[in-house]
Amino acid sequence: MRFERRHIISMKDFTRDEMDYILDRATKLEPLARGGRSDLLAGKILALLFYEPSTRTRMSFETAMLRLGGGVLNLGSKEATSIVKGETLADMIRVVSTYSDAIVQRHPSEGSALMAAEFSSVPIINGGDGAGHHPTQTLLDLYTIRKESHLDNLDIAIVGDLKYGRTVHSLTYALSLYGANITLVSPPQLKMPDQIKADLKARGARVRETENLEEILDSIDVLYMTRIQKERFPDPTEYKKMAGAYKITIEHLENVRDSMIIMHPLPRVYEIDSSVDTSSHARYFEQSFYGVPIRMALLTIVMGVEV
Amino acid sequence: MSAEKELRVRPIRDGTVIDRILAGQAMNVLKILGIKGAYSDVVTMAMNVPSKELGQKDIVKIENRELEEKELDKISLISPGATINIIRDFEVADKYQVELPEMVEGMVKCINPNCISNTKEPVISKFEVKKDPVQLRCIYCENIIMENIAEHLL
Ligand SMILES: Nc1ncnc2c1ncn2[C@@H]1O[C@H](COP(=O)(O)OP(=O)(O)OP(=O)(O)O)[C@@H](O)[C@H]1O
Ligand SMILES: [Mg+2]
Ligand SMILES: [Zn+2]
Repeated sequence: MRFERRHIISMKDFTRDEMDYILDRATKLEPLARGGRSDLLAGKILALLFYEPSTRTRMSFETAMLRLGGGVLNLGSKEATSIVKGETLADMIRVVSTYSDAIVQRHPSEGSALMAAEFSSVPIINGGDGAGHHPTQTLLDLYTIRKESHLDNLDIAIVGDLKYGRTVHSLTYALSLYGANITLVSPPQLKMPDQIKADLKARGARVRETENLEEILDSIDVLYMTRIQKERFPDPTEYKKMAGAYKITIEHLENVRDSMIIMHPLPRVYEIDSSVDTSSHARYFEQSFYGVPIRMALLTIVMGVEV
Repeated sequence: MSAEKELRVRPIRDGTVIDRILAGQAMNVLKILGIKGAYSDVVTMAMNVPSKELGQKDIVKIENRELEEKELDKISLISPGATINIIRDFEVADKYQVELPEMVEGMVKCINPNCISNTKEPVISKFEVKKDPVQLRCIYCENIIMENIAEHLL
Protein backbone atom coordinates (compact mmCIF):
# COMPACT_ATOMS: atom_id res chain seq x y z
CA MET A 1 0.00 0.00 0.00
CA ARG A 2 1.42 3.37 -1.06
CA PHE A 3 0.44 5.98 1.48
CA GLU A 4 3.60 7.93 1.99
CA ARG A 5 3.17 11.63 1.28
CA ARG A 6 -0.47 11.16 0.47
CA HIS A 7 -2.99 13.71 1.65
CA ILE A 8 -5.88 12.64 3.88
CA ILE A 9 -8.80 14.72 2.67
CA SER A 10 -11.99 12.65 2.50
CA MET A 11 -13.08 9.09 3.36
CA LYS A 12 -14.05 8.77 -0.27
CA ASP A 13 -10.35 8.61 -1.13
CA PHE A 14 -10.03 5.25 0.68
CA THR A 15 -10.72 1.72 -0.40
CA ARG A 16 -11.80 -0.79 2.20
CA ASP A 17 -8.36 -2.40 2.12
CA GLU A 18 -6.76 0.93 2.87
CA MET A 19 -9.12 1.51 5.79
CA ASP A 20 -8.29 -1.92 7.17
CA TYR A 21 -4.61 -1.17 6.79
CA ILE A 22 -4.95 2.02 8.85
CA LEU A 23 -7.04 0.25 11.51
CA ASP A 24 -4.46 -2.55 11.74
CA ARG A 25 -1.69 -0.05 12.22
CA ALA A 26 -3.68 1.75 14.92
CA THR A 27 -4.09 -1.58 16.72
CA LYS A 28 -0.31 -1.99 16.72
CA LEU A 29 0.18 1.52 18.07
CA GLU A 30 -2.54 1.47 20.71
CA PRO A 31 -0.19 0.38 23.55
CA LEU A 32 1.96 3.45 22.83
CA ALA A 33 -1.13 5.62 22.80
CA ARG A 34 -1.85 4.39 26.31
CA GLY A 35 1.33 5.87 27.62
CA GLY A 36 4.31 4.14 26.09
CA ARG A 37 7.40 5.85 24.76
CA SER A 38 8.61 5.71 21.23
CA ASP A 39 11.03 7.40 18.86
CA LEU A 40 9.13 6.42 15.73
CA LEU A 41 8.60 10.05 14.74
CA ALA A 42 11.70 11.53 16.39
CA GLY A 43 12.88 14.54 14.42
CA LYS A 44 9.53 14.94 12.66
CA ILE A 45 7.39 18.03 13.03
CA LEU A 46 3.63 18.26 12.68
CA ALA A 47 2.08 21.69 12.08
CA LEU A 48 -1.39 22.24 13.50
CA LEU A 49 -3.27 24.87 11.55
CA PHE A 50 -6.61 25.36 13.25
CA TYR A 51 -8.61 28.29 11.95
CA GLU A 52 -11.54 27.14 14.04
CA PRO A 53 -11.70 25.97 17.62
CA SER A 54 -11.12 22.31 18.37
CA THR A 55 -10.20 20.46 21.49
CA ARG A 56 -10.35 16.75 20.84
CA THR A 57 -9.03 16.74 17.30
CA ARG A 58 -6.19 19.14 17.97
CA MET A 59 -5.17 17.69 21.31
CA SER A 60 -5.27 14.09 20.16
CA PHE A 61 -3.04 14.92 17.20
CA GLU A 62 -0.63 16.63 19.57
CA THR A 63 -0.67 13.68 21.94
CA ALA A 64 -0.15 11.24 19.08
CA MET A 65 2.83 13.21 17.84
CA LEU A 66 4.40 13.69 21.29
CA ARG A 67 4.00 10.05 22.30
CA LEU A 68 5.79 9.02 19.11
CA GLY A 69 8.72 11.30 19.89
CA GLY A 70 7.87 14.03 17.38
CA GLY A 71 7.25 17.72 17.82
CA VAL A 72 4.36 20.03 17.06
CA LEU A 73 4.01 23.56 15.76
CA ASN A 74 0.85 25.34 16.75
CA LEU A 75 -0.81 28.27 15.13
CA GLY A 76 -1.83 30.40 18.11
CA SER A 77 -5.35 31.75 18.16
CA LYS A 78 -3.99 35.31 17.90
CA GLU A 79 -2.11 34.47 14.73
CA ALA A 80 -5.18 32.72 13.40
CA THR A 81 -7.25 35.86 13.80
CA SER A 82 -4.70 38.09 12.15
CA ILE A 83 -4.46 35.63 9.28
CA VAL A 84 -8.19 35.58 8.79
CA LYS A 85 -7.90 39.29 8.10
CA GLY A 86 -5.00 39.23 5.70
CA GLU A 87 -2.92 36.34 4.47
CA THR A 88 -4.51 33.67 2.35
CA LEU A 89 -4.63 30.04 3.41
CA ALA A 90 -2.72 29.22 0.25
CA ASP A 91 0.24 31.42 1.27
CA MET A 92 0.10 30.09 4.82
CA ILE A 93 0.29 26.53 3.53
CA ARG A 94 3.18 27.31 1.20
CA VAL A 95 5.12 28.71 4.14
CA VAL A 96 4.20 26.24 6.85
CA SER A 97 4.84 23.25 4.62
CA THR A 98 8.49 24.34 4.52
CA TYR A 99 8.61 24.20 8.33
CA SER A 100 6.98 20.82 8.86
CA ASP A 101 6.68 17.20 7.75
CA ALA A 102 2.86 17.21 7.67
CA ILE A 103 0.04 19.65 8.35
CA VAL A 104 -3.25 19.04 10.12
CA GLN A 105 -5.74 21.67 9.14
CA ARG A 106 -9.17 22.78 10.24
CA HIS A 107 -10.71 25.59 8.24
CA PRO A 108 -14.29 26.87 7.93
CA SER A 109 -14.61 26.66 4.14
CA GLU A 110 -15.68 23.51 2.35
CA GLY A 111 -12.94 22.27 0.05
CA SER A 112 -10.21 24.15 1.94
CA ALA A 113 -8.26 20.95 2.64
CA LEU A 114 -8.27 19.93 -1.00
CA MET A 115 -7.08 23.39 -1.96
CA ALA A 116 -4.37 23.28 0.72
CA ALA A 117 -3.14 20.02 -0.77
CA GLU A 118 -2.61 21.81 -4.07
CA PHE A 119 -0.25 24.31 -2.42
CA SER A 120 1.50 22.09 0.11
CA SER A 121 4.85 20.38 -0.27
CA VAL A 122 3.98 18.03 2.65
CA PRO A 123 0.90 15.85 3.32
CA ILE A 124 -2.26 17.65 4.44
CA ILE A 125 -4.53 15.91 6.91
CA ASN A 126 -8.03 17.34 6.93
CA GLY A 127 -9.17 18.00 10.49
CA GLY A 128 -12.49 19.38 9.26
CA ASP A 129 -13.37 21.68 6.36
CA GLY A 130 -16.59 23.48 7.24
CA ALA A 131 -19.56 21.23 6.52
CA GLY A 132 -17.30 19.09 4.34
CA HIS A 133 -15.18 16.19 5.59
CA HIS A 134 -13.56 15.04 8.80
CA PRO A 135 -11.97 11.73 7.84
CA THR A 136 -9.98 11.13 11.03
CA GLN A 137 -13.24 11.17 13.01
CA THR A 138 -14.64 8.47 10.76
CA LEU A 139 -11.51 6.37 11.08
CA LEU A 140 -11.61 6.53 14.87
CA ASP A 141 -15.30 5.63 14.76
CA LEU A 142 -14.49 2.57 12.65
CA TYR A 143 -11.69 1.66 14.99
CA THR A 144 -14.02 1.89 17.98
CA ILE A 145 -16.65 -0.27 16.29
CA ARG A 146 -14.09 -2.88 15.25
CA LYS A 147 -12.51 -2.96 18.70
CA GLU A 148 -15.56 -2.74 20.91
CA SER A 149 -18.06 -4.50 18.62
CA HIS A 150 -17.49 -5.83 15.09
CA LEU A 151 -17.46 -4.42 11.57
CA ASP A 152 -18.71 -7.53 9.76
CA ASN A 153 -22.43 -8.05 9.75
CA LEU A 154 -22.95 -4.98 11.85
CA ASP A 155 -26.36 -3.71 12.94
CA ILE A 156 -25.91 -0.03 13.65
CA ALA A 157 -28.41 2.74 14.39
CA ILE A 158 -27.37 6.31 13.74
CA VAL A 159 -29.39 8.94 15.52
CA GLY A 160 -29.70 12.69 15.12
CA ASP A 161 -29.18 15.22 12.38
CA LEU A 162 -28.78 12.98 9.36
CA LYS A 163 -29.45 15.75 6.89
CA TYR A 164 -26.57 18.13 7.58
CA GLY A 165 -24.26 16.08 9.82
CA ARG A 166 -20.97 15.55 8.03
CA THR A 167 -19.80 12.98 10.58
CA VAL A 168 -22.79 10.85 9.75
CA HIS A 169 -22.43 11.07 5.99
CA SER A 170 -18.82 10.10 6.08
CA LEU A 171 -19.33 7.30 8.63
CA THR A 172 -22.24 5.74 6.76
CA TYR A 173 -20.21 5.92 3.56
CA ALA A 174 -17.38 3.96 5.18
CA LEU A 175 -19.77 1.46 6.78
CA SER A 176 -21.41 0.80 3.43
CA LEU A 177 -18.08 -0.62 2.25
CA TYR A 178 -18.40 -3.18 5.07
CA GLY A 179 -21.97 -4.06 4.08
CA ALA A 180 -23.45 -2.83 7.35
CA ASN A 181 -27.14 -2.87 8.23
CA ILE A 182 -27.79 0.77 8.93
CA THR A 183 -30.86 2.12 10.70
CA LEU A 184 -31.31 5.85 10.32
CA VAL A 185 -33.16 7.47 13.20
CA SER A 186 -34.09 11.13 12.93
CA PRO A 187 -36.93 13.60 13.13
CA PRO A 188 -38.65 13.97 9.74
CA GLN A 189 -37.09 17.35 8.98
CA LEU A 190 -33.56 16.00 9.48
CA LYS A 191 -33.73 12.83 7.40
CA MET A 192 -30.78 11.74 5.34
CA PRO A 193 -30.98 13.09 1.76
CA ASP A 194 -32.29 10.50 -0.74
CA GLN A 195 -29.21 10.80 -2.90
CA ILE A 196 -26.93 9.73 -0.05
CA LYS A 197 -29.22 6.83 0.88
CA ALA A 198 -29.22 5.63 -2.72
CA ASP A 199 -25.41 5.81 -2.78
CA LEU A 200 -25.16 3.77 0.42
CA LYS A 201 -27.41 1.04 -0.94
CA ALA A 202 -25.51 0.98 -4.22
CA ARG A 203 -22.31 0.33 -2.26
CA GLY A 204 -23.71 -2.60 -0.33
CA ALA A 205 -25.30 -1.24 2.83
CA ARG A 206 -28.80 -2.16 3.92
CA VAL A 207 -30.62 0.96 5.00
CA ARG A 208 -33.87 1.41 6.89
CA GLU A 209 -35.36 4.55 8.36
CA THR A 210 -37.44 5.35 11.39
CA GLU A 211 -38.41 8.29 13.56
CA ASN A 212 -38.81 6.09 16.60
CA LEU A 213 -35.63 5.50 18.58
CA GLU A 214 -37.11 3.19 21.20
CA GLU A 215 -38.50 0.63 18.77
CA ILE A 216 -35.07 -0.26 17.34
CA LEU A 217 -32.93 -0.28 20.49
CA ASP A 218 -33.08 -4.04 21.11
CA SER A 219 -32.00 -5.06 17.61
CA ILE A 220 -28.68 -3.28 17.20
CA ASP A 221 -25.00 -3.77 18.01
CA VAL A 222 -24.05 -0.10 17.95
CA LEU A 223 -26.07 2.97 18.87
CA TYR A 224 -24.36 6.01 17.38
CA MET A 225 -25.80 9.19 18.86
CA THR A 226 -25.15 12.67 17.44
CA ARG A 227 -26.03 16.16 18.45
CA ILE A 228 -28.96 17.99 16.89
CA GLN A 229 -28.34 21.71 16.65
CA LYS A 230 -30.95 23.95 18.16
CA GLU A 231 -30.70 26.29 15.17
CA ARG A 232 -32.36 23.65 12.98
CA PHE A 233 -35.59 24.21 14.87
CA PRO A 234 -36.97 27.74 14.58
CA ASP A 235 -39.75 26.85 17.03
CA PRO A 236 -38.40 26.27 20.58
CA THR A 237 -41.28 23.99 21.62
CA GLU A 238 -40.62 21.86 18.53
CA TYR A 239 -37.00 21.62 19.57
CA LYS A 240 -37.87 20.61 23.12
CA LYS A 241 -40.22 17.89 21.93
CA MET A 242 -37.63 16.56 19.50
CA ALA A 243 -34.84 16.73 22.06
CA GLY A 244 -36.91 14.54 24.37
CA ALA A 245 -37.59 11.96 21.68
CA TYR A 246 -33.92 11.58 20.72
CA LYS A 247 -32.40 11.34 24.13
CA ILE A 248 -31.09 8.14 25.67
CA THR A 249 -31.31 7.39 29.39
CA ILE A 250 -30.48 4.33 31.48
CA GLU A 251 -34.16 3.28 31.38
CA HIS A 252 -33.94 2.75 27.63
CA LEU A 253 -31.26 0.12 28.03
CA GLU A 254 -33.23 -2.60 29.79
CA ASN A 255 -33.86 -4.84 26.78
CA VAL A 256 -30.88 -4.07 24.61
CA ARG A 257 -28.34 -6.68 23.54
CA ASP A 258 -25.74 -7.29 26.26
CA SER A 259 -22.95 -6.42 23.87
CA MET A 260 -24.62 -3.29 22.50
CA ILE A 261 -22.36 -0.24 22.65
CA ILE A 262 -23.23 3.46 22.63
CA MET A 263 -21.01 5.93 20.76
CA HIS A 264 -21.01 9.71 20.33
CA PRO A 265 -18.48 11.97 18.57
CA LEU A 266 -18.72 14.44 21.51
CA PRO A 267 -19.37 17.01 22.73
CA ARG A 268 -22.74 15.71 23.83
CA VAL A 269 -25.37 18.11 25.02
CA TYR A 270 -28.60 16.43 26.06
CA GLU A 271 -28.60 13.33 23.81
CA ILE A 272 -27.04 10.98 26.33
CA ASP A 273 -28.08 11.30 29.92
CA SER A 274 -25.20 11.07 32.39
CA SER A 275 -26.96 8.07 33.96
CA VAL A 276 -25.72 6.11 30.92
CA ASP A 277 -22.04 6.92 31.52
CA THR A 278 -21.43 4.17 34.05
CA SER A 279 -23.39 1.48 32.19
CA SER A 280 -21.54 -1.36 30.48
CA HIS A 281 -22.79 -0.01 27.13
CA ALA A 282 -21.16 3.39 27.19
CA ARG A 283 -18.11 3.68 24.90
CA TYR A 284 -17.99 7.38 23.98
CA PHE A 285 -15.00 8.18 26.16
CA GLU A 286 -13.05 5.18 24.85
CA GLN A 287 -14.05 6.30 21.37
CA SER A 288 -12.54 9.69 22.06
CA PHE A 289 -9.31 8.04 23.27
CA TYR A 290 -9.11 5.90 20.12
CA GLY A 291 -8.53 9.14 18.27
CA VAL A 292 -4.96 8.88 19.52
CA PRO A 293 -3.94 5.49 18.02
CA ILE A 294 -5.78 6.33 14.80
CA ARG A 295 -3.95 9.63 14.48
CA MET A 296 -0.67 7.91 15.36
CA ALA A 297 -1.33 5.47 12.55
CA LEU A 298 -2.09 8.23 10.05
CA LEU A 299 0.94 10.27 11.05
CA THR A 300 3.34 7.36 10.64
CA ILE A 301 1.73 6.51 7.31
CA VAL A 302 1.86 9.98 5.76
CA MET A 303 5.36 10.57 7.10
CA GLY A 304 6.49 7.31 5.58
CA VAL A 305 7.63 5.63 8.79
CA GLU A 306 7.39 1.84 9.07
CA VAL A 307 5.88 0.44 12.25
CA MET B 1 -35.89 32.32 -52.61
CA SER B 2 -39.45 32.90 -51.45
CA ALA B 3 -40.50 36.28 -50.08
CA GLU B 4 -41.30 34.74 -46.75
CA LYS B 5 -37.86 33.21 -46.37
CA GLU B 6 -36.17 36.45 -47.25
CA LEU B 7 -38.06 38.29 -44.57
CA ARG B 8 -37.16 35.85 -41.87
CA VAL B 9 -33.46 35.25 -42.47
CA ARG B 10 -30.83 37.04 -44.39
CA PRO B 11 -28.20 34.51 -45.47
CA ILE B 12 -24.79 34.93 -43.94
CA ARG B 13 -21.68 35.04 -46.08
CA ASP B 14 -19.26 34.13 -43.31
CA GLY B 15 -20.04 33.32 -39.71
CA THR B 16 -21.57 30.74 -37.42
CA VAL B 17 -25.01 29.24 -37.06
CA ILE B 18 -25.72 27.70 -33.70
CA ASP B 19 -28.59 25.37 -34.41
CA ARG B 20 -30.67 22.98 -32.31
CA ILE B 21 -30.31 25.09 -29.20
CA LEU B 22 -32.53 23.87 -26.39
CA ALA B 23 -35.71 25.94 -26.68
CA GLY B 24 -35.51 28.88 -24.31
CA GLN B 25 -31.71 29.06 -24.17
CA ALA B 26 -31.00 31.42 -27.09
CA MET B 27 -30.73 34.46 -24.83
CA ASN B 28 -28.26 32.62 -22.64
CA VAL B 29 -26.22 31.67 -25.70
CA LEU B 30 -26.05 35.37 -26.61
CA LYS B 31 -24.95 36.12 -23.07
CA ILE B 32 -22.19 33.50 -23.32
CA LEU B 33 -21.02 35.14 -26.54
CA GLY B 34 -20.99 38.53 -24.84
CA ILE B 35 -23.62 39.91 -27.17
CA LYS B 36 -25.59 42.44 -25.18
CA GLY B 37 -26.65 45.83 -26.49
CA ALA B 38 -24.03 47.19 -28.81
CA TYR B 39 -22.55 44.68 -31.24
CA SER B 40 -21.01 45.50 -34.58
CA ASP B 41 -22.09 42.54 -36.71
CA VAL B 42 -25.42 41.09 -37.74
CA VAL B 43 -26.90 38.68 -35.24
CA THR B 44 -30.20 36.86 -35.75
CA MET B 45 -31.95 34.90 -33.10
CA ALA B 46 -34.96 32.67 -33.50
CA MET B 47 -36.83 31.17 -30.60
CA ASN B 48 -39.23 28.23 -30.46
CA VAL B 49 -38.71 27.26 -34.08
CA PRO B 50 -40.62 24.07 -34.94
CA SER B 51 -38.16 21.20 -35.32
CA LYS B 52 -38.72 17.64 -36.43
CA GLU B 53 -36.18 16.22 -34.00
CA LEU B 54 -36.75 18.44 -30.98
CA GLY B 55 -40.29 19.69 -31.26
CA GLN B 56 -38.99 23.20 -30.71
CA LYS B 57 -35.55 24.73 -30.82
CA ASP B 58 -33.78 28.06 -30.77
CA ILE B 59 -31.26 29.24 -33.38
CA VAL B 60 -28.57 31.93 -33.20
CA LYS B 61 -26.74 33.19 -36.28
CA ILE B 62 -23.73 35.50 -36.08
CA GLU B 63 -21.87 37.05 -38.95
CA ASN B 64 -18.10 37.21 -39.14
CA ARG B 65 -17.37 35.23 -36.07
CA GLU B 66 -16.21 31.74 -35.18
CA LEU B 67 -16.52 30.57 -31.62
CA GLU B 68 -13.76 29.87 -29.12
CA GLU B 69 -13.31 26.59 -27.27
CA LYS B 70 -14.43 28.16 -23.99
CA GLU B 71 -17.60 29.55 -25.57
CA LEU B 72 -18.39 26.15 -27.07
CA ASP B 73 -17.90 24.47 -23.68
CA LYS B 74 -20.24 26.92 -22.02
CA ILE B 75 -22.89 26.41 -24.71
CA SER B 76 -22.59 22.64 -24.24
CA LEU B 77 -23.41 23.06 -20.54
CA ILE B 78 -26.73 24.79 -21.21
CA SER B 79 -27.60 23.00 -24.43
CA PRO B 80 -25.62 19.80 -24.97
CA GLY B 81 -27.39 19.01 -28.25
CA ALA B 82 -26.57 22.30 -30.00
CA THR B 83 -24.88 22.06 -33.40
CA ILE B 84 -22.32 24.47 -34.74
CA ASN B 85 -22.40 25.26 -38.45
CA ILE B 86 -19.49 27.22 -39.82
CA ILE B 87 -20.59 29.24 -42.80
CA ARG B 88 -18.07 30.25 -45.44
CA ASP B 89 -19.14 31.99 -48.60
CA PHE B 90 -22.81 31.24 -47.83
CA GLU B 91 -22.22 27.50 -47.55
CA VAL B 92 -22.03 25.23 -44.51
CA ALA B 93 -18.29 24.56 -44.51
CA ASP B 94 -18.16 22.60 -41.28
CA LYS B 95 -20.72 21.15 -38.90
CA TYR B 96 -20.31 19.55 -35.48
CA GLN B 97 -22.15 19.07 -32.26
CA VAL B 98 -20.90 20.81 -29.13
CA GLU B 99 -19.22 18.37 -26.77
CA LEU B 100 -19.62 18.31 -22.99
CA PRO B 101 -16.16 18.49 -21.44
CA GLU B 102 -15.40 16.09 -18.56
CA MET B 103 -14.20 18.94 -16.41
CA VAL B 104 -14.74 22.70 -16.55
CA GLU B 105 -12.31 25.13 -14.96
CA GLY B 106 -12.91 28.79 -14.23
CA MET B 107 -16.19 28.71 -16.10
CA VAL B 108 -18.83 28.26 -13.41
CA LYS B 109 -19.31 29.80 -9.99
CA CYS B 110 -20.09 27.35 -7.18
CA ILE B 111 -23.54 27.74 -5.63
CA ASN B 112 -22.16 27.15 -2.13
CA PRO B 113 -21.25 30.50 -0.57
CA ASN B 114 -19.06 28.63 1.92
CA CYS B 115 -17.00 26.91 -0.77
CA ILE B 116 -13.28 27.66 -0.84
CA SER B 117 -13.67 28.57 -4.51
CA ASN B 118 -15.84 31.51 -3.44
CA THR B 119 -13.21 33.10 -1.18
CA LYS B 120 -10.23 35.35 -1.75
CA GLU B 121 -8.03 32.26 -2.03
CA PRO B 122 -6.15 31.87 -5.31
CA VAL B 123 -8.27 28.99 -6.51
CA ILE B 124 -10.08 28.47 -9.79
CA SER B 125 -13.47 26.80 -9.67
CA LYS B 126 -13.44 23.24 -11.02
CA PHE B 127 -16.43 21.05 -11.74
CA GLU B 128 -16.82 17.49 -12.90
CA VAL B 129 -19.43 17.27 -15.63
CA LYS B 130 -22.02 14.50 -15.83
CA LYS B 131 -24.49 14.21 -18.70
CA ASP B 132 -28.16 13.32 -19.24
CA PRO B 133 -29.10 15.61 -17.58
CA VAL B 134 -26.11 17.91 -17.25
CA GLN B 135 -24.85 18.00 -13.67
CA LEU B 136 -21.86 19.93 -12.39
CA ARG B 137 -20.14 18.70 -9.25
CA CYS B 138 -17.76 21.10 -7.52
CA ILE B 139 -14.52 19.24 -6.86
CA TYR B 140 -13.90 21.36 -3.76
CA CYS B 141 -17.17 21.23 -1.84
CA GLU B 142 -19.01 18.53 -3.84
CA ASN B 143 -22.16 20.59 -4.25
CA ILE B 144 -24.03 19.80 -7.44
CA ILE B 145 -25.49 22.33 -9.86
CA MET B 146 -28.32 20.86 -11.95
CA GLU B 147 -30.73 23.70 -12.52
CA ASN B 148 -30.37 27.10 -14.17
CA ILE B 149 -26.76 26.41 -15.07
CA ALA B 150 -26.73 29.55 -17.22
CA GLU B 151 -27.11 31.69 -14.11
CA HIS B 152 -23.90 30.32 -12.64
CA LEU B 153 -21.67 30.81 -15.65
CA LEU B 154 -18.71 33.12 -15.02
N1 LIG C 1 -25.69 31.01 -45.52
C1 LIG C 1 -26.45 30.77 -44.45
N2 LIG C 1 -26.96 31.81 -43.76
C2 LIG C 1 -27.73 31.64 -42.66
N3 LIG C 1 -28.05 30.42 -42.20
C3 LIG C 1 -27.59 29.34 -42.85
C4 LIG C 1 -26.78 29.46 -43.99
N4 LIG C 1 -26.47 28.20 -44.41
C5 LIG C 1 -27.07 27.33 -43.56
N5 LIG C 1 -27.74 28.00 -42.59
C6 LIG C 1 -28.44 27.44 -41.45
O1 LIG C 1 -27.55 26.58 -40.77
C7 LIG C 1 -28.21 25.42 -40.33
C8 LIG C 1 -27.55 24.20 -40.91
O2 LIG C 1 -27.67 24.22 -42.30
P1 LIG C 1 -27.82 22.88 -43.17
O3 LIG C 1 -27.94 23.30 -44.59
O4 LIG C 1 -26.72 21.97 -42.80
O5 LIG C 1 -29.25 22.40 -42.70
P2 LIG C 1 -29.76 20.93 -42.25
O6 LIG C 1 -29.51 19.96 -43.35
O7 LIG C 1 -31.14 21.10 -41.74
O8 LIG C 1 -28.76 20.57 -41.08
P3 LIG C 1 -29.05 19.78 -39.72
O9 LIG C 1 -29.12 18.35 -40.10
O10 LIG C 1 -27.85 20.12 -38.89
O11 LIG C 1 -30.32 20.35 -39.15
C9 LIG C 1 -29.67 25.59 -40.70
O12 LIG C 1 -30.36 26.14 -39.59
C10 LIG C 1 -29.64 26.59 -41.84
O13 LIG C 1 -30.81 27.37 -41.89
MG1 LIG D 1 -32.15 21.23 -39.73
ZN1 LIG E 1 -17.94 24.38 -4.32
